Amino acid sequence: MFKQAIGKRSDKVKNKVERGAVKKFAEAIGDSHPVFVDDVKFSRNIAPPTFPRIFDYGKIEGLDLPKKGLIHGEQTYHYERPLLVGEDVLCYAEVEDYYERSGKSGDMGFLKVKRYGEDLGGKMIFSEEQVVIITEAVRKEMHV
Amino acid sequence: MTLLGELQAGESLESVTLPPVSRLDLIKYAGASGDYNPIHTIDEEAKKAGLPGVIAHGMWTMGNLAKLFTPYYEEGFIQDYSIRFKGMVFLNDRITLHAVVDDNKEEEMTFDVCAKNQKGKNVIEGHVTFCKRLIEAVTY
Repeated sequence: MFKQAIGKRSDKVKNKVERGAVKKFAEAIGDSHPVFVDDVKFSRNIAPPTFPRIFDYGKIEGLDLPKKGLIHGEQTYHYERPLLVGEDVLCYAEVEDYYERSGKSGDMGFLKVKRYGEDLGGKMIFSEEQVVIITEAVRKEMHV
Repeated sequence: MTLLGELQAGESLESVTLPPVSRLDLIKYAGASGDYNPIHTIDEEAKKAGLPGVIAHGMWTMGNLAKLFTPYYEEGFIQDYSIRFKGMVFLNDRITLHAVVDDNKEEEMTFDVCAKNQKGKNVIEGHVTFCKRLIEAVTY
């Protein structure tokens, strides 16, 4: 099921970098710096680099991940420029790769998902790559 | 405060030790990030998943680690940030954030970064590339 999903991508979803959401996120990581939250001191504010976590990237057809039992292995962000508070971002996701390796706790599946954020003109702002580890126990439960 | 750009390879940013991890920290992160996986907030669910207790979201730790660079946005921005999740973070763990300059080039600086627990074990580790291009938005 995961192998067949390689190369599939979601339709773009428009997300807004909402001021309130940025403030709440900055607080939650203990980083309420004025550069993120103070619009008097700064002409424009930016969002913390891991903020794209909260965006909606749309649904990838044929990829149904379980809600539980996944292990987050790796995470990478690449920015062309920081995200600006108040701007609209078009987000989508793509399955980049899937492979299996045997380890101590059985066969582990490694799913690489790449996500993108563009401005409304189609220019790339950021991309991120996530490696999710799917244990054998979870895959058995999913019958894949 | 020293300018980031003045640091040489091998020099460190000042480390930050977080207050002991609390359940409220994780509840707040769940709300702010939308990641409501219950192994991060509810003991019974964590135990059902075979864990001794709730564990922090890996992204909570990754989000925290980036704040070592927040005071320096007037010099540039984080262009690349890559992390490997190496170990679990439990309630009451004391996490320390570290960044060491790997290289300081004309256009960018690279750093080795990690977060360690109270036993000195890396719970996450990776790299940051800080681009020395100024961003117009961040002017006082």
